[in-house]
Amino acid sequence: MWPIQLSWKNIWRNKNRTLVTVSAVAFATFISVLASGLKEGIFGNLIHDVVSSYSGHVQVHLKGYQDEQVIENSFAVSPSMKQEIQAIPGVILATERLESFALASSGENTKGCLVIGIEKAEESSFMNIGGKIIAGRTVAENEKSILVPEGLAKRMKLQLQDTLILIGQGYHGASAAGKYVISGMLRFGSPKMNERLIIMPIGSARELFGAEGISTSLAILLDPRSRPESVAEKIKTITGENHEVLTWGEIMPDIKQHIDADSGNMQYVQYILYALVGLGIFSTLLIMVAERSRENGMLLCLGMSKRMLQQVFLLESLITVLLGALMGLLISLPVMFYLKWHPLRISGTTAEAYKKFGFEPIFPTSTDPSIFLKQGVTVLVMGLILSLYPIWRIATLHPLSSMKK
Amino acid sequence: METTVIDAHNISKTYDPSGIPVHAVNNVHLHLTKGEFTALVGPSGSGKTTLLNLIGGLDRPDTGNIIINQTDITKLTNRELVRFRLQNIGFVFQSFNLIPVLTAKENAAFIMMLQKIPKTKREERIQALFDEVGLSDKLNARPAKLSGGQQQRVAIIRALASHPQFVLADEPTANLDSAAASNLMDMMEKLNREEQITFVFSTHDQRVIDRARRVIRLVDGKIEADIENK
Ligand SMILES: Nc1ncnc2c1ncn2[C@@H]1O[C@H](COP(=O)(O)OP(=O)(O)OP(=O)(O)O)[C@@H](O)[C@H]1O
Ligand SMILES: [Mg+2]
Repeated sequence: MWPIQLSWKNIWRNKNRTLVTVSAVAFATFISVLASGLKEGIFGNLIHDVVSSYSGHVQVHLKGYQDEQVIENSFAVSPSMKQEIQAIPGVILATERLESFALASSGENTKGCLVIGIEKAEESSFMNIGGKIIAGRTVAENEKSILVPEGLAKRMKLQLQDTLILIGQGYHGASAAGKYVISGMLRFGSPKMNERLIIMPIGSARELFGAEGISTSLAILLDPRSRPESVAEKIKTITGENHEVLTWGEIMPDIKQHIDADSGNMQYVQYILYALVGLGIFSTLLIMVAERSRENGMLLCLGMSKRMLQQVFLLESLITVLLGALMGLLISLPVMFYLKWHPLRISGTTAEAYKKFGFEPIFPTSTDPSIFLKQGVTVLVMGLILSLYPIWRIATLHPLSSMKK
Repeated sequence: METTVIDAHNISKTYDPSGIPVHAVNNVHLHLTKGEFTALVGPSGSGKTTLLNLIGGLDRPDTGNIIINQTDITKLTNRELVRFRLQNIGFVFQSFNLIPVLTAKENAAFIMMLQKIPKTKREERIQALFDEVGLSDKLNARPAKLSGGQQQRVAIIRALASHPQFVLADEPTANLDSAAASNLMDMMEKLNREEQITFVFSTHDQRVIDRARRVIRLVDGKIEADIENK
């Protein structure tokens, strides 16, 4: 029978109150896990959608390209650099691109557009070109054919197999011009991309712009669980001083800001939740200490040390919180996995916005183990901090006067 | 040969709650020997509780020395005093003595547990004491299931189970009816006789006073009379 046994008996001294406290902690843990899971799921998914639709999580450029996105700022990606990057844990794919502006003309119509040369490898695994083709077929390597987006085709009244003339400025001031057959039509989620993104094999793009063997960027797709910042740091050690290594947040600061703000709002909801549970636990501790003040006085008079009495109270609140947290986690497990496999569907304007960008209008739920761990630990730490109250009360308890009351 | 258990010299305790000093215990000398069965009597406010608290080390005197088992407890630090109380002095309070979540047996063994006496030894001793005072059927009962008299008996067993120098009881019968009070006195007398337990108890009850072998009368914090009964 030592502090732990005495604590355990005390916990069941008032069964109803303990059950209420344990359930409150369990409920809060459950809601916290749910909120975090949704938060991680929604924003993780959003980031993944945004990033995998084009930019990648990390890009390598020649230094200065981010500020001045011109073909002059391109560089040769050595096979060894690419290999080393691809060997970093978390890297799914590293792929070269050559991007530049060009005028597209067909008959009477001329429009400015962005020409992107991509590697064969990325068509399926990165931008999912195959899934975006709404008519025709994809381009073969080094073929003088292109994929045009739906929006551009509509404006310029283009059909499959039409010829489009691309005119632009090539590398080192050379003039760039070429004739390309439209082999397929694409539909992008982003309206911007849908209006002006022309895709061709990187070989053809290099030929068009007179940029043999060089690229404007190396786009890198990561496993969703790895941190872009830390991978970027590792890449920097490979690429050296002459290159810039940017994360998606640095490439698209406006989108990053937007996502951060939204997920920040959800964080506040969690803080409020924690505050409520904290109050609940605290009020229990308050009552517990108050109603046992006489008994505590007696225990100290009998010769129990304050330290031992403090241990009893600490264990009581920790066990209660631990029980609640475990119960909450246990309840949340099936719910979280259910939501993962049957995600919530969004409706209304948000759904429209999602669809417009080509994203599935769902709120996915993340079941990453770290979510359960983090919420469980947070609740426990909260219990530990709140337990300082009874510890302090016992420290300042005067045995004789508390027995008189 | 008489063995001294308490030797208190010149002890005083003054309370000054609102400017007017109250001499709760005023220059008291007290000498107690092993095996005594002593009542502390006097009108309400005469200082009985204060004196018991001082010789029990629950409170500190303003002046004087209290020597128990060759130790001057007024010289001990707070922490040492807690340890000293645990090892040397048994307490019985007026009421609510027991821990509600523990059984009678566990309550009775509580001091021995704090003293880290091994479980088998503890249980043997508690069982014997319960048998001796006729409480064996209540070993596993919670305090709420015991009568006031039974609760006090468990408290007395707890106080003396580990053979303290003496047991201090502040009005142990105050909350009991006369039959239960008489029962409790029987038990205390028996343990005093058979186990050589030294008892000092305060009381207002004449029937309890009549059973004491020594009666110390306090008035205004001073010992007014100290008489051997019978
Ligand atoms: N903590 C305290 N603060 C101030 N005055 C106190 C305190 N404790 C006791 N007193 C005063 O000291 C005096 C002695 O009190 P004490 O409780 O020792 O008397 P008592 O003989 O035990 O009385 P009773 O028979 O009513 O229990 C009283 O006048 C009381 O008011
Ligand atoms: Mg009193």
